[in-house]
Amino acid sequence: MNPARHVHNKQRFPFHILVFLAPAVIIYTLFMTYPLVDSLRLSLYTSDQYGNETFIGLDNYRKLMTDPLWEPRLKGAILNNIEFFAIHMFVQNPIGLLLAALLSSPFIRGRAIYRTLIFTPTVLSVVLIGFIWSIILSPLWGISGDFLTSIGLEQYAKKPWLGLESTALPTLSLVSVWQWVGIPMMLFLAALIAIPDELIEAARVDGATAWGVFWRIKFPLILPTVGIVGVLTFVGNFNAFDLIYTTQKVNAGPNFSTDILGTFFYRTFFGQQLQPGNPTMGATIAGVMFLIILAGVLLYMFGWQRRVAQVEL
Amino acid sequence: MLSLSSLSHRLRPAHSLQLLGAHAILLVYTALALFPIVLVLINSFKTRRAVFKTPYALPNSETWSTIGYETVFKRANFPDYFLNSLIVTVSALILILIAGTMAAWALAEYRFPGNNIMGLYLALGIMIPIRLGTVSILRLVVDVGLIDTLWALILVYTASGLPLAIFVLTNFMKQVPRDLKDAARVDGASEYRIYRMILPLVRPAIGTVMVFNMIPIWNDLWFPLILAPSERNKTVTLGAQTFLGQYIIDWNAVLASLTLAAIPVVILYIVFSRQLIRGLTAGAVK
Repeated sequence: MNPARHVHNKQRFPFHILVFLAPAVIIYTLFMTYPLVDSLRLSLYTSDQYGNETFIGLDNYRKLMTDPLWEPRLKGAILNNIEFFAIHMFVQNPIGLLLAALLSSPFIRGRAIYRTLIFTPTVLSVVLIGFIWSIILSPLWGISGDFLTSIGLEQYAKKPWLGLESTALPTLSLVSVWQWVGIPMMLFLAALIAIPDELIEAARVDGATAWGVFWRIKFPLILPTVGIVGVLTFVGNFNAFDLIYTTQKVNAGPNFSTDILGTFFYRTFFGQQLQPGNPTMGATIAGVMFLIILAGVLLYMFGWQRRVAQVEL
Repeated sequence: MLSLSSLSHRLRPAHSLQLLGAHAILLVYTALALFPIVLVLINSFKTRRAVFKTPYALPNSETWSTIGYETVFKRANFPDYFLNSLIVTVSALILILIAGTMAAWALAEYRFPGNNIMGLYLALGIMIPIRLGTVSILRLVVDVGLIDTLWALILVYTASGLPLAIFVLTNFMKQVPRDLKDAARVDGASEYRIYRMILPLVRPAIGTVMVFNMIPIWNDLWFPLILAPSERNKTVTLGAQTFLGQYIIDWNAVLASLTLAAIPVVILYIVFSRQLIRGLTAGAVK
C-alpha cells in the first residue's frame, strides 16, 4: 500500500469512488442488466389482451418445444442457425486465417493496402451488404450469372439463389462470410505478428518449410486467438438478424428456409401484418437464445481458455 | 536491411514462387471484396438501360445519369437520416467515454470492497448481446416516455458500449505511472483533478474505444427499427432499409441510395482505418 493513498482513505468516506462509478453503473444497470433480467422474468408469464400478466412457470418454454404451432418454427430456426454458424466457422475463419498468414509475412509488399481494402466490407452496414448482394445475385441483372458462365458453370447461371429453399440459406451465409471475414483476419494477424521472430528463425535454420513452421510453431501459439474467434463467431451468429431481415423480409422466406433465432424472435415479439406481437413468447425465445449463447460462452471459458492456458504454461 | 536481402537471395527460386502465389491469392481476394461495392458505385451514375446492357463499364457521356440520386432526394430525407445517425452516434460515444473513463478510473485506481465483483458485473455485457433484453427495453422506454426518440437509442447504445470500453480503459489506466498520481496528491489535488489529469495519458485507449463503438452504432438496424421507427427519427441504416424496400424495382434509386448510405462510413473508415486496425491488433495481443 502506498502511504499517500492510505492516509487519504482514512480521512473520510470515499465518496469520489461512488461518483466515478455512478454514471456507468446506472446507465448499464437500467438499460442492460435490468432488461435482460426482466425479459427472463417475462418469459415465465403470460398476458391476456388487457395486459394482465399471470405467472405460468416454464409453460412458455414447454409450449415452444412441444406445441405443433411453435415447435417446427423453433426447431427450424435452431437448425438453420447451426448451419449459418457452421458455414462461418468452416469457411470464414479458415479464409481469415489464410489471409492473415499471408499478410503476416514480412516479404509481402503492400500488406497494409491489402489489409485495408479487404477489411472494407466489414465496416459497411449489413443492410447495405444485403441489398448489394441481392441485386448482384438477382437473375434480372445477371451479374452472378456472368461470373458463373465465365468460370464454366453456365448451367447455374440463371438460378435465383435467394429464391430457392435449398440455396437461400447457404448463399446468405456466404454473403455474411464475405462481409465479416475481416474480423478473424485482423485478430489472427495480430496474434501472428506478436510471435517472436527468434522462434521462427530457429525453426527455419533447422530446415523447416514455411508450411511446417506455420502448423507446428505458429498455429499452436495462436490457439488462444482461435478460441476468441470461435466464441465471437458463435455469439455473433446466434444473435444475427439484419441480413436475413433485409434480404428475405420478416418471414425469412422462402417458406422459412432462412429463419434463424433472431428473425424468429423479432417476428414473435413484434408481430407481422396479421399476427399481433406476443411479448411474453418473444421473451421466451430471447430466453432460449440467452441459454444457447451462455452455453457457448461457458464452454469457451472452461473448455478452451483454461486448457489452452495450461498448455502455454 | 542487408540481412533481409541476403536471406531472400539465398531462398530465391522457391521463395519468389511462393511470393507470387501469395500475391495472387491476396489480389484475387481483394478483388472479390471490392467488386460488388465498385459495381454498385459505377452503376449508380448510369442510365437504367446502361445498368443492364453494360454493367461492367464506367459511365461515359452517353450513359451518364443521376436520375437515381434525384429520386432519392425527392422521395427520402437522407439529409435528415444522416443528421439523426450523427446525433445518435456522437452522443452515445461521448456518454460512453465520460461514463466509461470515470468507472474505469475507479476500478483501476482505488481498492474498495467489491472492486473485483463490480469489474466482473460491468464486464458481463461484453459477451451477452443487449438485443436479448429488447422486450423489456421497449417497455422501459415506453414507460419513461422516450419511445420514438433519439434518446432511447443513445441510452441503449451507451449501455451496450460501456462493458468493453470499461474493460479496455481499466487495463490501460492500470499502467499509468504511480509517481505521477502520488505527486499530484501530495500537492493537494482532489481525486477529480487527478482523474482529469490522467485522461490525456490514456488517449490511445480512448481512440480504440471510439472506433470500436462508432461503426456498430452507425450500422445498427435492430434498435432504430424497434425504438425509433418514425420518419422523423430514422437513422441512415433504417432509412436506407425502408427506402430500398419500397423502391426495389427502381434500380437507379436503389443503386444511388446504396452509394449514398455507404459514403459516410467509407469516409470514416478511411480517416480512422489506422486507429481501427491498431485497436483491433492491440486488443488481441492482450
